Amino acid sequence: MRQINLRQMKKNQGGVIVSVKAEGAMGRRLRDMGLVPGKQVKIQGRAPLYDPVSLRIMGFTLTLRNNEADHILVEVDA
Amino acid sequence: MSTAIALAGNPNSGKTTLFNTLTGARQHVGNYPGVTVEKKQGSWVTGSGSFEVVDLPGTYSLTAYSLEEVVARDFLVNEKPAVIVNIVDASNLERNLYLSLQFMEMGMPVCIALNMIDVAKKRGIEVDGEQLSDLLGVPVVPTIARTGKGKEQLLETVVAQAGDRADFIPLKISYGRDIDAALDDMVPIIEDAAFLTQTYPARWVALKYLENDSQIVEMGALADKDVASRLAAMAKKVAAHVAATMDSHPEGVIADQRYGFINAVLKQNVIGYTHDQNRLRQSDKIDKVLTHRLAGPVIMIGVLLALYQFTFTYSTLPVEWVEDIFGWLGGMADAALPDGHLKSLIISGIIDGVGGVMGFVPLIMFMFLGISFVEDSGYLARMAFMLDRVFRMFGLHGSSVMAFIVSGGIAGGCAVPGVMAARTLKSPKERLATLLTVPFMNCGAKLPVYALLVAAFFAENQAQVMLMLTLVSWIGALLVAKLLRSTVIRGESTPFVMELPPYRVPTLKGLVIHTWERTWQYMKKAGTVILGISILLWAMMTFPGLDQARLAQFDARRAAVTQDLGPAVVAELENSGETALSSSAMAARQALVAIDGQAAQAGLKQSIAGRIGMALEGVSQLAGFDWRTNIALVGGFAAKEVVVSTLGTAYSLGEVDPEENNSLAQQLQSEPGWGPVTALSLMVFTIFYAPCFVTVVCIARETGSWKWAAFSVGFNTALAFGLSVLVYQIGALIL
Repeated sequence: MRQINLRQMKKNQGGVIVSVKAEGAMGRRLRDMGLVPGKQVKIQGRAPLYDPVSLRIMGFTLTLRNNEADHILVEVDA
Repeated sequence: MSTAIALAGNPNSGKTTLFNTLTGARQHVGNYPGVTVEKKQGSWVTGSGSFEVVDLPGTYSLTAYSLEEVVARDFLVNEKPAVIVNIVDASNLERNLYLSLQFMEMGMPVCIALNMIDVAKKRGIEVDGEQLSDLLGVPVVPTIARTGKGKEQLLETVVAQAGDRADFIPLKISYGRDIDAALDDMVPIIEDAAFLTQTYPARWVALKYLENDSQIVEMGALADKDVASRLAAMAKKVAAHVAATMDSHPEGVIADQRYGFINAVLKQNVIGYTHDQNRLRQSDKIDKVLTHRLAGPVIMIGVLLALYQFTFTYSTLPVEWVEDIFGWLGGMADAALPDGHLKSLIISGIIDGVGGVMGFVPLIMFMFLGISFVEDSGYLARMAFMLDRVFRMFGLHGSSVMAFIVSGGIAGGCAVPGVMAARTLKSPKERLATLLTVPFMNCGAKLPVYALLVAAFFAENQAQVMLMLTLVSWIGALLVAKLLRSTVIRGESTPFVMELPPYRVPTLKGLVIHTWERTWQYMKKAGTVILGISILLWAMMTFPGLDQARLAQFDARRAAVTQDLGPAVVAELENSGETALSSSAMAARQALVAIDGQAAQAGLKQSIAGRIGMALEGVSQLAGFDWRTNIALVGGFAAKEVVVSTLGTAYSLGEVDPEENNSLAQQLQSEPGWGPVTALSLMVFTIFYAPCFVTVVCIARETGSWKWAAFSVGFNTALAFGLSVLVYQIGALIL
């Protein structure tokens, strides 16, 4: 199983969150929106300028910037 | 007495729709004490009694992440509503329950309205409300806010629940061994010292210390320094332990466990899927086009243009009606009142002033209708998504787009709510940069100024000029933001993390209420501030007036005209009425009219406003502004729409023949010194110069400092003048 940064994930690629390293306000916001270990995510697409990225988690669509995605480690589906 | 209930829930959960369904038109908008977060209140009158419903700001959580969350939390603990109706989106249950859980941890009397069960069903999600209710120990009522389905059952539940508030005990969930042990140690300390327990449950206070919640920690330090420092030390110890053993921190562990708890509940036959959740939804298909790399931005520009067309095309007729009504009122007053200061006050001060503002109400209504549609449909969030990369380049935030758009990024907003919308921004620096640059947007009050100048000088290319003005204001605002963010407000950027809600067809009721609220806000401002300013300006333009000697001079000139006329002609002038005049009487009348015009002109120049305008003329000529424009611009500091009414007053005071109902636009066309270049220069100045004083007051309040408010006045005006001079001088060279 391969673990990569959320930023490196490709469109339509899925995986399970392994860890969220952010602390403080950003960490809180990420967790409030459901980005916690064990959650399934799938990349929906990217904004016209490739940033932010939009992803599907718990059945809704969430967007975050690439530099925020950097804090999230995902075990990608084979 | 009516029972107080609160509506709480995630953004996009249908909370406002439910609020509208319950309260109908019986609602009003105010502010929470001390802050400018909007507080919507309404009455829900039913057969079983009446309720005072408060629509809390939509939040995802109850941490102190944003001001909305703090406001919602404070309201719940301080006002203690009898029931909290927690609207939960059934098609998005897991994330929505995260907030519900936090209400329950606080021991709040929660009743869950399981909303949008129809949407969930369409997506193949079946939620067992009874099972959910049994597992959570709170009532769950399935609803469809859009149609009002479930309203009666919700009422019954709320009535029943309002009766026995005392039964609610805080939900106790396990946050794992380390946290639970720490909580068990902390709770007795908190209980023994009665530390904040007047307001909050003991375990919840302990939990907030572990989460390092800034608001509670601050309150604790004030309440009891000794206990506070003991708790803080314990929390620190747990944090160190969690970091060493789990490579995490208590906040993270607590959130994980909350989601774990929700997951465990949902797995007990609460939720069932009838078809594959990975298949593409309607919203995803739409997004494939609307947020497409190439098509997305093109469509976005198209949407903006369509908004302009919609607003300008459909509002033309009602704008004319309103103008006709005020024109008629002016005519009535003119016929009914004797000449003098009172007549002048009523016509030039009141009717012209209010009419100039009200004439644009239809325009603003159509504009808001368009914006509400874009907002409620979910497209606005996509705009923020597509534009974030751009905004970030200028040191702003994707969420800044909301503040910019509310302020008039799509022309027709208002910088006052725009400045307030900036509080969704967490980072003080991005927020400050947004606050200081949103007044550059083309707010609804600047539109009348543009509309006037466009009608006078660019009638052929209305839509193009308006689009150009929007682009200029955006580019200017972004460049200034960048400038500020790299000089006076340097610093790092903050999280973007935002939901893209599913596309929805907005409800007509929601659109109408939304539009009406915003239009009403504009009209209230027009009716009070503008009327007051209009009268003040009238006084400034009327007094001190000409001295006796000058008045005598004009009287002597009038007498000179009539002196040589025979008695027949004088009689003819006096009872002229509708009958045709002889040629000598006509010549005399024209001479008299010219003298009256010169007298009025002299009087205005002599007035306080005239003196200010004249004093500035030497400098302002560089940008092509004469003293009349200067007066209007000074008035515009009170509110931008005053620029139009003041120009109207300034010119109509010099205008004597009341039958000659030239509109201001025609008047300007025929004025020497006015032309397309002057108009452009004035439009540029209007975009950038000092925000109206209401906005300035808001900026002071939002930034907590008059220094920034003063900065926005001084800096913006200097910038505007520089740009206008540039436009005027270059324009004069080319043309």
